[in-house]
Amino acid sequence: MRYPTGPIGGQIIARAMSLAPSRRAFLGGAAAVAGAFCLPASLRAEEGPKQGGRLRYGVNDGSQQDSLEPGSWATVMCGAAFNGALCNNLVELLPDGSLAGDLAESWEEAEGATRWTFTLRKGVTFHDGRPFTPEDARQSLLHHMGENSTSGALAIVSQIEEIAVEGEDRLIVTLAQGNADFPYLLSDYHLSIFPAKEGGGIDWESGIGTGAFKLDSFEPGVAVRLLRNPDYHKPGLPHFDEVEFIAIPDRSARLNALLTGEVDVIEDVDIRNVPLIERNPDLVLHRTPSLRHLTFDMNCQTAPFDNAVVRKALKLSLDREDVIAKVFLGEAETGNDNPVARIMPFWAETPPEHRYDPEAARALLAEAGIEGLTVDLSVAESAFPGAVEAGVLFREHAAKAGITINLVQEADDGYWDNVWLVKPFNAADWYGRVTLDWLFATSYTSDAPWNNTGFKNARFDELHAAARSETDPATRGGHYAEMQQILHDEGGVITVAFVSWLLAMSRAIGHGETGGILPADNHRCAERWWRTDV
Amino acid sequence: MNRTSHPILSMVASRVGLGLLSLLIVSLVIFFSVSLLPGSYASAILGQNATPEAVAALETRLGLDQPAIWRYLSWLAAAATGDLGQSFAGRPVMAVLGPRLLNTITLASITAVIAVPLAITLGVICARFRGRFIDRFLSTSTLASISLPEFFVAYLMMMIFAVKLQWFPSMAGIRNSMDLGEQLYRMVLPILTLLLVILAHMIRNTRAAILSVMSSPYVEMARLKGESEGRVVTRQALPNAIGPIASVVALNLAYLISGVVVIEVVFVYPGVGQAMIDAVRNRDVPVIQACALIFATAYIGFNLLADIVSIVSNPRLLHPR
Repeated sequence: MRYPTGPIGGQIIARAMSLAPSRRAFLGGAAAVAGAFCLPASLRAEEGPKQGGRLRYGVNDGSQQDSLEPGSWATVMCGAAFNGALCNNLVELLPDGSLAGDLAESWEEAEGATRWTFTLRKGVTFHDGRPFTPEDARQSLLHHMGENSTSGALAIVSQIEEIAVEGEDRLIVTLAQGNADFPYLLSDYHLSIFPAKEGGGIDWESGIGTGAFKLDSFEPGVAVRLLRNPDYHKPGLPHFDEVEFIAIPDRSARLNALLTGEVDVIEDVDIRNVPLIERNPDLVLHRTPSLRHLTFDMNCQTAPFDNAVVRKALKLSLDREDVIAKVFLGEAETGNDNPVARIMPFWAETPPEHRYDPEAARALLAEAGIEGLTVDLSVAESAFPGAVEAGVLFREHAAKAGITINLVQEADDGYWDNVWLVKPFNAADWYGRVTLDWLFATSYTSDAPWNNTGFKNARFDELHAAARSETDPATRGGHYAEMQQILHDEGGVITVAFVSWLLAMSRAIGHGETGGILPADNHRCAERWWRTDV
Repeated sequence: MNRTSHPILSMVASRVGLGLLSLLIVSLVIFFSVSLLPGSYASAILGQNATPEAVAALETRLGLDQPAIWRYLSWLAAAATGDLGQSFAGRPVMAVLGPRLLNTITLASITAVIAVPLAITLGVICARFRGRFIDRFLSTSTLASISLPEFFVAYLMMMIFAVKLQWFPSMAGIRNSMDLGEQLYRMVLPILTLLLVILAHMIRNTRAAILSVMSSPYVEMARLKGESEGRVVTRQALPNAIGPIASVVALNLAYLISGVVVIEVVFVYPGVGQAMIDAVRNRDVPVIQACALIFATAYIGFNLLADIVSIVSNPRLLHPR
């Protein structure tokens, strides 16, 4: 399966800025796209979605810490069950990565993207019959704000200066600084809409949302069961009568549950079990390209990585195809030392492609008068699955270029506290961010909190600031393309691989194109998928 | 005389005292070893959203900015009054662990009710027919099942009964919404696995305990008086072997409460063991502490019970001179 070529950034933003496409247009479009990209799904899609039946989804990370409180959501369990099935956001991430309205019908910006006016959908009700009002939306955002907020969405809502309600269907959000991506950020799964309480705050405790399913039972760390909401505001959805998300943290137990028909879908399949699943005529393996990427990061401020020649030589000394074939058994894609996933809007080609070329690396080093380059690479299995094996292969590849890599195997526990952001050359696992602005602001600008590569580039920072409030998509796209080129040429990132979400499912489950920005079809599998055997 | 007239009471009193001391030490060790673990609750729970501000706010809310010794003492003071505090996720620890504990106790009790009588009966049979086919068969098979790691036994059960024969579900993920019948049906495979694991241990120890008594002079005497071999074993040897049998039973019962983590993970059974793993992963100290207390209490309690049983069953210990 190849990557769907991401929609051109311009189109998306144009769409986001003016009016979201109608639901019907989206459904038609999604079906057509599914036909183009995903053969097995298209065969099943010919009959069209059917109503009824039950989906049981084996989740890898349900925890007893899980709660209905949206600021605390940290697991796929909460994301898929609460954000994706129980609730809606103001906006929705479509499978192709573009943005559509959900509880907000449309939005427009003013004053250099500092003032955003959202027109909310009318006639939407919560599960208990209460009508959805702009005050619900306002309180749902305010819930994550404030000085003592511990919300996972704090970084997003801290940009907000004021939220005002205007009339019966308008929400006006004023930002401290222009941000052309703001509607995109509202797709963050913590920012689900719950009913407002009298006197402020939201009522998340009773588990009432506007979503396609009503909460039936919730046992933290065990399962969440939801039943169809007959009054859902999206016509024709959902298809299932019942969905259940079941926590199965152990990989073998998860696979067994699928093999014995205890669940219909499992996520996070062990790549070593791929042949087993592909041999089974009742099961389908499903790969969705994601934002997740695995890297070896060099700190550009620390010797010898402060020398651009060294960084370039190391980038040419890794045989990515070899690592993907041997460590990931083919279940990954190469990256081109650009941390931006191809499915993201504004992704840009960054020529030339960095391929394994030990001779060129050797020549580069010789030209710069560097002899006997020796570096320490910190790895651990908890850095990313397969990091140690990938490091061993890298050591062998680099030896051919005359570079000695000392593999330092770090302790698994505490890797993210003691090695990542600390050691000058380390392995890292990145889940990506919905927008380029956010991705760069977290990890690549000079003041980014997670600047694992110690990257400090004045031109990069300048472009980042300019792009943030730039509302002309073409100009923005130009800025982002240049930034990606800078990272590719001068950055400290060696992308080892981009990985896909790996799901295994029963043939009885039908779906269209699936989104990979968030797990479980951008969390919305419950309302988008259907059963073919009902 | 007064001191020795209630040997059980004085023993229970001293054991309970020692038990409480052990609990205190366990809680101290657990608390400080968790603080030694790298990473914190805030960074574990916030994941890739862990901005410094969010981490700081969360730590303040949970009181993690207080010194460790102060946190421990206030936890201890509350625990002494029976209040195990709040999980870091905001729910009372008892609300988090209550249903899990109930599940664990249910699984343990059903297994124990089947395993203990069965093991003792089989142990007695082995001792009675020592060296005969039944004894050799049971000795070999129990040795084999002791040697297999429990997760292997679990997967074996799953392969045979869930995947091949499809008699039982592979997942024992019971939920409150299921009725009792379905819950029991789902518990069959974990119970079978646990039976295999603990039966072997108890059968072998019962057999050994009885055989060691069988070499005593009074057993010889009973035989000379013309008692049948079956009566000798059940009437003469067994009552005198109750002490050692009780201790091995106690050990296994304690294992059923605190040692079944692996079985719980394999069968996705929502018991205390899984809860503790989850809590350690998230550094949720109050829940870890409560789990440790439950496990330690189970061990101490069952061993105390075993001691009482051995004293009651042994006149020499019951009426010490």
